[in-house]
Formats: sequence, structure tokens, C-alpha cells
Amino acid sequence: MELLTDSLAILARWDVVAALLVGSVGGVIIGAIPGVGAAVAIAILLPATFSLDPIVGLTALLGIYGSSMYGGAIPAILINTPGTAVNALTTYEGTPMTQRGEARRALSLAYSASFFGGVFSVLCLILLSPVLAKIAPMFGSREIFLASLLGVILVVLAHRGQIMIAGMMACFGIWLNTIGLEPIQYSQRYTFGQSWLAGGIDLIVVVLGLFAISQAFVLLVEPDKRSKAEAISGGLLAGFKELAMYKRVATASSSFGVVMGMIPGVGEFTAQFLSYTYAQKSSKTPEQFGDGSPEGLIASEAANNAVPAAAMIPLLALGIPGEALTAMMLSVFYVHNVVPGPGLFQNQMDFVVALYLALLILNILVVIFLLFSTNLLLKVIEIPTRFLGIVVLTLSFVGVYSLRNSPVDCAIAAAFGIFGFILKRLNLPIVPIILGMVLGGIMEAKLRTSMMRVKTPLDFIDRPIAFILFLIILAVIASHVYGMVQQRKNTGATSNDR
Amino acid sequence: MNTHDNPNQSNARPGDTFFIIVLLLLAVCLLSQLGAETKFSARGKLFAQPRFWPAVSVIGMVFFGLAHLALVFFNRTKTTTQSHSTLSEVLTWARALEYLLWFLIYVQSVPVIGYLPATVLFTLLLAVRQGYRSKRQLLTAAATGIGIVLIFKTGLSVKIPGGAIYEYLPQTLRNIAIIYF
Repeated sequence: MELLTDSLAILARWDVVAALLVGSVGGVIIGAIPGVGAAVAIAILLPATFSLDPIVGLTALLGIYGSSMYGGAIPAILINTPGTAVNALTTYEGTPMTQRGEARRALSLAYSASFFGGVFSVLCLILLSPVLAKIAPMFGSREIFLASLLGVILVVLAHRGQIMIAGMMACFGIWLNTIGLEPIQYSQRYTFGQSWLAGGIDLIVVVLGLFAISQAFVLLVEPDKRSKAEAISGGLLAGFKELAMYKRVATASSSFGVVMGMIPGVGEFTAQFLSYTYAQKSSKTPEQFGDGSPEGLIASEAANNAVPAAAMIPLLALGIPGEALTAMMLSVFYVHNVVPGPGLFQNQMDFVVALYLALLILNILVVIFLLFSTNLLLKVIEIPTRFLGIVVLTLSFVGVYSLRNSPVDCAIAAAFGIFGFILKRLNLPIVPIILGMVLGGIMEAKLRTSMMRVKTPLDFIDRPIAFILFLIILAVIASHVYGMVQQRKNTGATSNDR
Repeated sequence: MNTHDNPNQSNARPGDTFFIIVLLLLAVCLLSQLGAETKFSARGKLFAQPRFWPAVSVIGMVFFGLAHLALVFFNRTKTTTQSHSTLSEVLTWARALEYLLWFLIYVQSVPVIGYLPATVLFTLLLAVRQGYRSKRQLLTAAATGIGIVLIFKTGLSVKIPGGAIYEYLPQTLRNIAIIYF
């Protein structure tokens, strides 16, 4: 109880409340604009949050992260264009419902499922906190190294059909992190005698280039798109009642979201895919899937909204970000000398619970906002995409330049913008670069520390958690290789049949 | 993709092999510089060597790049039309360079003419370049520029220095301009 009151006291400040409001409302608006998305917004706002208290800055960023998917459902349902990439499955069910005149029902169901997923995951987090607080201190250097390695492996293997490229990008990210003065013998690495490379390449500069500037280039180069959505008439509360009829799908999908969110490198897409498949297989009307099934819509929205809170677990408990957005948030912690990891759970549990509560409150705020402002949000869908490109490029400047007023940073970010633009054009993965950069640094430091204490390689896994993590790594690789062999066999059998 | 890339998406476009070859060549160049650009000291464990992680990453890049190209080679279905598409894709990449130039000019102009004038000019000129030429569109572009400055520099006090041109303003106005615009 004391913990709860302490945590509420952290949140009971006007600046935290303002950050919650701005983050949640801003996130919904950004999510509703196809072509922008939470990653672009967080990348741009990141440097602006450095001057704020950690709880204020993180609340604003969490607000954007947690609420953008609510907003993303609006264009996904009304104009068949997902506002954020993770709303793609919502179009399968939302658009057919709109076409048969059930747009209001689809939106209402999407909001209620998203709310259920968001609240469910926060409650799971709060219930899991005592367990995490006990487990987290068992993670020493070698366990964190192995968990980071597992994160890199998972993020690479998660890119089905692009594993080699994802591996190349992850290695590229690890290499980027090695540039500059290394912390062991203070020698220069890959600076080519250039003084501007001695300090290394800042993660935020890369993030802004790869996510924000590249997106501006995409919007500016591609043809202008203008969308128009029909206004919704009537209230949007009915979905909450209807959701009660599908509580099994909603609970299972949210659980998939929580579990997948906790695993580094996996995230919303796998959670959505699993929950959608589960919903279809367990449905009494599977033939409706893809043709406007409420169950499919609930599965998609509940799963993706359950992920953000769960994705905070590896970040807060171990200091390991599981995907790009939490990797960006890690820099907010570092700037304020708040080191996420086992120590945070032991010494600053009130701060952790305050973040969970902030997530809970933001879900409530977002739903209230959406119930009253959906028709207003339809206006932002109508903004021409090239105009959005101008806005994103102008805002990107604020993000990069305000870091240290360096034109060199801006030039590096712009170069990464071109690189990200090409990757986006070619549908090649970007996230492994960011995770490689963040996890590469963690792996280097933790491997060095842990190897000082081991005599033989087997000593490295002589602790229970290290051993379990090692087995998981082996199992993940083995199951992937097995899957590939099976796929080859099936492909061979199919071609022989022809 | 705007928030995260979709891991289940694997429909690569023309130009992807060309891009990977360029990236692979870069990785090979980096590998050739490993000895010159990183240090290996005679004492100390392998894992604690400053060269260890650069070597892991660059060798990894080369390995994965070669493996990708090998897969492309074994599953190739190239046609002449695709090489034409590769060329047009590469030309599209080049089109983005124009906006890189716009961005760099904007960056250079801020410390000279100041954040507010540079931003308004940038949004206005870029709007004209994008074909938004009606009075309403240009007003919207200028208002967007002003709004961004008001939110970030005036409101959130982000660190952006005043323009050199502000020095020529009267004392009181100069201070206000430097702090807020």
C-alpha cells in the first residue's frame, strides 16, 4: 500500500499530468496519420525530453508509444490504410465492416479491444512486479550478456525471409556502436583519423536518421496521397458491451501480447499473428475472417495494445530493450543517470510502479479522448502526405540539432536518412540496426566483465539463469534450423508433385 | 513501414541485390581496415581486446552479406526487365538526395539567419517545391513553421542558438529574439 501511495505521489505533479495528456492525445493523433507513426514522433521528441525529469519525459514518450496504436486503427478501419504498421491486420476485418456500413461498430470494437489489451497488460505487469523484483537481481553480467545475445538472435530470426539481411543489419549496428574511443585501453576504433568520429556515433542521431528523416524522404519523394473518410454518427460505447461476448478471444490475444512483448526482439507482429491465428482456429465462424469478423478485429487490436507495457519489462528489469522504441527510451534513462536493470527494481520500485500506473491512466485517457473526438481525428487523415513530409523533415531538425548544436550530427543523421530511405523502399529491416547498436554496447561491456571471473568456457553457464538462457539460445537456433529443413522438404515435395 | 519494420514482410523490390552488394563491399573495405583501425594488445584476454567486437561485427556483416547473395544466386529468377527496374529504383534513391541537400542548407542557415526565419523560409520554399502554391497552402506552410518554432524554442526551450543576424536588432528585441526565436 505504501508503495502504491509513493508511486501515486510521483505521478501527482502538474508536469507529469501534462506529459500524460500530451503524450496520450499526441500519440493518438500521430497514430491516426498514415505515414508518421510512433517511432518517428518518439525519435523527434527524444532530445526535447532530456531537459525534463525522467518520469515526465518517459511518461510523454510512453504516452505516444501506448496510444499510437489506438489512433492507427481509425484509418485502418475507415480507409483501409493502417495508421501504424502494427494495425495492418486490423484492415482485414475493419475495412469489410466499414464497407457493409458497420464502421461505428468496428471502431467501437477496436477501441474496447485496445483498452482491454492495454489494461490487461498493465495489470499483469503490476502482478508480476514482485516476481520480477526477486528474479532481476539474479541477473549478473553473464546473464545480461546472454539475454542481450538472445535478443539479437530473436530479432534476426523474427525477420522471416530476410534473416541474412537482418543479421547483416544487426552486425552493422554492432559495428556502428564500436566507432570512436573504446573504454578499455582508450584507443580509437574506426575513426580514420577524423576527430568528429572520436566521440562515436550517437544512437539518437542514427535513430532520427533511420526513422524520422528517412520517413520524410519517403513522403516527399512518393506521389501525394489524400484520403477522405466519412464521419461517424452515434456513440462508440457499444463495443465495450459487445467485447464481453468475446472475452475468451480478448483475454487470449492480450496474453499473447504480454508474452510476446516480454521477449526481446519479438513484439507486436508476432503477437498479432499468433492471436489472429488462434482466434480464427478457435472461432465458431472462421469463414468470416478476412470478411469483417469482430473476433479477428479484437484479436489484432487487443494483442498489439498489450505489447507496449510488456515491452517495458526487459527494459526496466534488465536494461535490455526488446525493440526500437524501448531502445530509444533507454537513452532517456541514461541521460538522467537512472540505470534500468536489477538495481532499479530493488531501489526504485516506486518509480517502476509509477510508470505502470501512468500506462494504466493513459489507456483511460485515450479511450475518453477517442469517444469524443473520433470525427475530429478524421481531419488529420486528410493531410496530404507530401505536406507531412515537410513537417517531419522540419521537426527532424529540432531533434538532431538540439542534441549538441552540431551540423555534423545533422549531416550524419541526413546520411542515415538516405540509408533508411533505401531500406524502406526495399522493404529491408531497420530495427536490427538499432538493436545491434544498443545491445552490442551492452554485450561488449558485460562479456568483458564476466570473462574476468571465469576460468573455463563452461564456468560461463554454471549459474542457473545463465544455463537456462544458454539452453533457450540453443533451442531457438535448433527450432529455427528444424523449421527451415521442414520447409525445404515441403517445398521439395510440392515441386515433385508437380 | 513507419513504426517498426514488419518481420513477416519479405517481398523485396528490385535493387535489393545491388544494395546488398554495395553494403557487402563496404563491409569488405572495413574488414581490410580492421588491423589499422583497431588495436590488439599482446597482453589481455581475447574478449577484452579493443579489436574483438569490431571484428565480430564486420566479419558478421561479410558473412551474412555473402550468405544472402548465395541464396539470391541459387534462387535467381532475374530478367532484363528487372535490371531496368533496378536502374529506376536507384534513380529514385538519387531523388531523395535533393531533399538531403534542402535539409543541409536549412541546417547551415539556422545559425546565420536565425531559427524562426530559417524555418518559415524552409517550410514555404519546400511547400512551393512540392507543388503547394495556393495562398491557403502557403499560409499553412508558414504557419506550420511558426508553430514548430513556438512549440520547441519558445515553449520547450530546446537548445537552438540565435541567428547571427539577430545581432543587428535593437538590444531589447535582440535578447527576446535570441531566447525565444
